[in-house]
Amino acid sequence: MTTAPVVGRLGWQDAVVERVLHRTSRVASLFLNTTLGAHEAGQHLDVKLTAPDGYVAERSYSIASAPGDRSIELAVERLENGEVSPFLTDDVQPGDTLEVRGPIGGHFIWRAQDGGPLLLIGGGSGVAPLMAILRHRLAVAPDTTTLLAYSARTWEELIFRDELLIAAASDARLNLIVTTTREGRHRPGDYERRFDRESLREILRNWGAIPAHAYVCGSTPFVEAVASALVDNGIGSSVIRTERYGGVA
Amino acid sequence: MPTRGFVGRRPNDEVARRLPPGQYLEQGFPVLSLGPTPQVDLATWKFTINNGPRPLKSWTWAEFEALPRTTLQRDIHCVTKWSKFDTQWEGVTIDDLFAAAGITPPTAYLLAQSYDGYDTNIPVADLVGGKAMVATRFDGKPLEAEHGGPARLLVPHLYFWKSAKWVKGLRFTERDEAGFWELRGYHMYGDPWREQRYTNDP
Repeated sequence: MTTAPVVGRLGWQDAVVERVLHRTSRVASLFLNTTLGAHEAGQHLDVKLTAPDGYVAERSYSIASAPGDRSIELAVERLENGEVSPFLTDDVQPGDTLEVRGPIGGHFIWRAQDGGPLLLIGGGSGVAPLMAILRHRLAVAPDTTTLLAYSARTWEELIFRDELLIAAASDARLNLIVTTTREGRHRPGDYERRFDRESLREILRNWGAIPAHAYVCGSTPFVEAVASALVDNGIGSSVIRTERYGGVA
Repeated sequence: MPTRGFVGRRPNDEVARRLPPGQYLEQGFPVLSLGPTPQVDLATWKFTINNGPRPLKSWTWAEFEALPRTTLQRDIHCVTKWSKFDTQWEGVTIDDLFAAAGITPPTAYLLAQSYDGYDTNIPVADLVGGKAMVATRFDGKPLEAEHGGPARLLVPHLYFWKSAKWVKGLRFTERDEAGFWELRGYHMYGDPWREQRYTNDP
C-alpha cells in the first residue's frame, strides 16, 4: 500500500511564477519556484489568492511536473465564469507571487517501486497528474510498460501533445492512445468517441498487458464511465485509483 | 499580502457567513472517491456495529429500513474546497441505531467502514446527540451509488470525507485510529471551521 504521510505542518508559502506557458487555447501552465518539499508523482497543491480587501479564494491543482524538476508545473484549465482559473490563465505574469501549500495527497500517487504495467487514463485537464507520473517514470523507471489513454474534445486541446507524441515515438514500452470526442482521429489506431467498455476492451487487448496499477483522472462522468468500464473488463477495483475534478472554478 | 491583480468574487454576506474558511459555494454535487463506484446489492447488504473484532448487532436492508427515520437539512463541506448548502437527507440517526442495538458506546472512538475497503475515524461524541446519521435518501430519493448509496454516513459538521460512502458498519476502537485519508495526509478530526484539512493543521 502506497502512503505518503505528511510530516509537520503544511504552511502557506510564497511561490514565484517563473514562466507562463499557454499550452492550448484554454490551458496555461504556471511554472512555480517554491521552497516546498519534494512531491510524489500525482500529488496536488493548494493555491491561495488574496484580494486587496482581504477576501481569499483557495483552489487545488494537480502537479504536472516530475518529482525533482527544477520548478513545479501546474496546468490550469480556464473554466468559463470561473472565479479563479481565468485569473490564473489570463492575468498571472512571470514575477508574480502566489501563496501555495502542499504537496498533498497520498493515494493517487505512483512511485518507481510500484512498478508496472502502468495504465493511465486521462480526460481533458485530468491528464495533469498523469503527466507527472509519466515524466517520473521516464526519469526513474523508463522500462515500465505503460499505456496512456487520453481523451480530449479536439486534437488542438490535447495538453502536452507534442511531448507525448515524441515520448511515445521514441519509447517502445510506452503506448499512447488518443481519442478526440468532437472531431475525427488524427492517427491510425486512435479513437473518435468517448472511452467506453468496448473501446477500452479493444485498447487493453491490443496493449496485451495486465495493469498492476491503473490511474484514472478527469471529470466525474469521465471517471465514473472509465472506472466502471475497467471493472467490466476484468480489472480489479483494488488496482484502480481515481481522481475527479469538480470542474467549477 | 494581496495577490497582484486578483479581485475575486466575494459572496454575499449570508453566503459568506455560512462558508468555512477557504471554501466556495457549489450548486452541483461533485463526487470524490478513491476508486471505482462499488455496486452494493440490497439482497446481501448488511450493517454491523462491532466492538473491535466482536460484532454487537447487525441489520439487513429490510430491518434497517424499519428503524425510526429522521430527516436532516445541513450544509456540507468537502476538503477539496466546495460547500453545498441546505442538502436534504433521510436516514437513521446514530442515536437511534445505538438505541435499537441496545448498546452504550463502549469506547470514545470508532471507525466507519465501507464496502470498498475505505474507512475513516470519528469520535463517538461527534456522532451522537442528533449530529449524524446513516443516510439512505438524498433530496427525497434513494441515495445514488455515486453519492454513496445505498447507505452512507452523514457527519455534516466535519469535512465530508468523514461521511463514508457505501458504509457497511461502525467499529468501536480503544484509541483514535487513523482511517484511509487520515493515513494519507489528511487531518485526524477535520473541522471545516478551523480549516483542519491536512495532518497537523492546528
